[in-house]
Amino acid sequence: MESFLGRYRNLIFLVGVLFLQVLGLAVQVKTGSDERDSRLIRVWAVGAVTPFERAVVWMKNGAGDIWHNYFYLRGVRAENRELKEEIEQMRLKQVRLNEDATQAHRLQMLLAFKEQFISKTVPAQVIGSSGSDLSRIIYIDKGEDEGIRADMAVITADGIVGKVLRVFKTPSVSQVLLISDQSSGVGAILEKSRLQGVLRGTSNGEVTLERVMSDEQVQPGETVLTSGGDQIFPKGLPVGLVTKVSTGRDLFLNIKIRPAANLSKLEEVLVLVEKQERQALAEDKGTRVRAADILAQRLPSVPDKPATDAGATPAPNGAAKPATSSSTSKPNGALTPATVGTAKTAGTNAATHGAATNEANPPAKSTQVPVPVKPKQASGTAVEAKPAAQAQPQPSILEEKPADAPPNSPPPPDPNSPQ
Amino acid sequence: MPITYTSGEQVEVYRFSIPVTIGVPLLALFLQAFIPLRFPRFAVYVDLPLLITIFFAMARRSPIAGLLTGAIIGLAQDMLGHNQIGLYGIAKTVVGYGASSLGVKLDVENAGARLLVTLGFYFLHSTIYFAVARYLVNSTQSFSWLHGMLAGLVNGMLGVIVYFLLDRFKQRT
Repeated sequence: MESFLGRYRNLIFLVGVLFLQVLGLAVQVKTGSDERDSRLIRVWAVGAVTPFERAVVWMKNGAGDIWHNYFYLRGVRAENRELKEEIEQMRLKQVRLNEDATQAHRLQMLLAFKEQFISKTVPAQVIGSSGSDLSRIIYIDKGEDEGIRADMAVITADGIVGKVLRVFKTPSVSQVLLISDQSSGVGAILEKSRLQGVLRGTSNGEVTLERVMSDEQVQPGETVLTSGGDQIFPKGLPVGLVTKVSTGRDLFLNIKIRPAANLSKLEEVLVLVEKQERQALAEDKGTRVRAADILAQRLPSVPDKPATDAGATPAPNGAAKPATSSSTSKPNGALTPATVGTAKTAGTNAATHGAATNEANPPAKSTQVPVPVKPKQASGTAVEAKPAAQAQPQPSILEEKPADAPPNSPPPPDPNSPQ
Repeated sequence: MPITYTSGEQVEVYRFSIPVTIGVPLLALFLQAFIPLRFPRFAVYVDLPLLITIFFAMARRSPIAGLLTGAIIGLAQDMLGHNQIGLYGIAKTVVGYGASSLGVKLDVENAGARLLVTLGFYFLHSTIYFAVARYLVNSTQSFSWLHGMLAGLVNGMLGVIVYFLLDRFKQRT
């Protein structure tokens, strides 16, 4: 027996080590998720490698910053001039887009659509990869401490990148599964034809759109957007362009996509840590200005009710305020500066939409665009809150009423009123 | 020097210092994870941890040391990816065992022999990896022969350079 063990010692050792690994694989396959069983050893491996990656990225960025910010400034003036011109063009474009977006929001409101906004993003630096073409993942330098959680969407300004797969606390890094990985799946929609499909990676790193029936017409060059159906990516984010369409197996088209984001050269990404979903412009419904209100505003003023009227509560300072003060005061603590200039119906829509547009185009830094809060309006005071500089000397119209004033309390007769 | 059949007494057995034993595989893992950020094709064609496994296994000429080296490097490589842990581990365990067993029988010192050995072990590694992935894990990963040939050649050529560099750390027992 001893001679047998001695003779086949190496082979027995090999079989033993292989058996243990196969057993480990079987456990992972059986549990379906390797999170519970393998998390700790993954942390060890990531902890051993990522500090080097962080250091190299830090040194590279430092050297690059010094070079680009202090030495290599050739052509900066010309570039600055070009960028200024581009900003002008973009401003003009933004005005036009704002109009379109306002119209779209009105339609969404009519249809009671729910909107989803990107309300908070965290920028992160790409510090590593899996190093294997069989596992297309990247590591980012933000983890649990920065609010990153599994299944959060990862994007760049160009388009979507992937989703957070695992989050580590120590070291504070996260693993991101790229959309080009075979195991990834993203709900996508073709921009023009509105056909929906599932975006998947292939073994050679390409991205395809699956589940589009072969009798549909899809043209190369068409833009692909996220459909929002996967509950990870908000709807409407750019995914890529259709590069090739061919008939695939099982009655489905084989559509190849060129990702909008350059997945092979990622340096900085944004993690969508917070999304908001709300009814389209639901809060604007109560701020409609009635024709009577507009008429009342344009007509000569109607004096306010005397403070001594029954049921009326005097203003906090005991006197009616002039218009200039009313626009800056906050009945119910609600009238914010953002509302002051945009309290018109259309203006409010635009303001709200403007916020939404900013949210949909995530800035490089973590931001949260506040939604303007509307003042509570009592009947008879539903007037536009003008900025102080534009306020007309119509104290009776623009005077502030306490919020708890009876909504239909009749104003006292005004001798100047045409009524 | 061509590949020569030698007896167990004739082959040189080498050992490595602890910093080299730990640092070189770690460096290989780091480079394998970092270089694809700048050169995406690197991950497609190069498997540095495999080259390190082959080198250490052949230099030590001990099957147990070789398979353990392969198992540890392979498992570490698995941990950096998102697939099940053990796919690379099993493949590199077998490669480590095979390389060290081959090292006992053959004295592989010249560039041509090293290229051929690396090419052969690359195919063995790919075969085991995809077999395990497909039949044990039920993964959909597919193998391309053209890609396999190219990657085998690239790894073989790079292996010759890497082995030449690592030869400097060899210590005679």
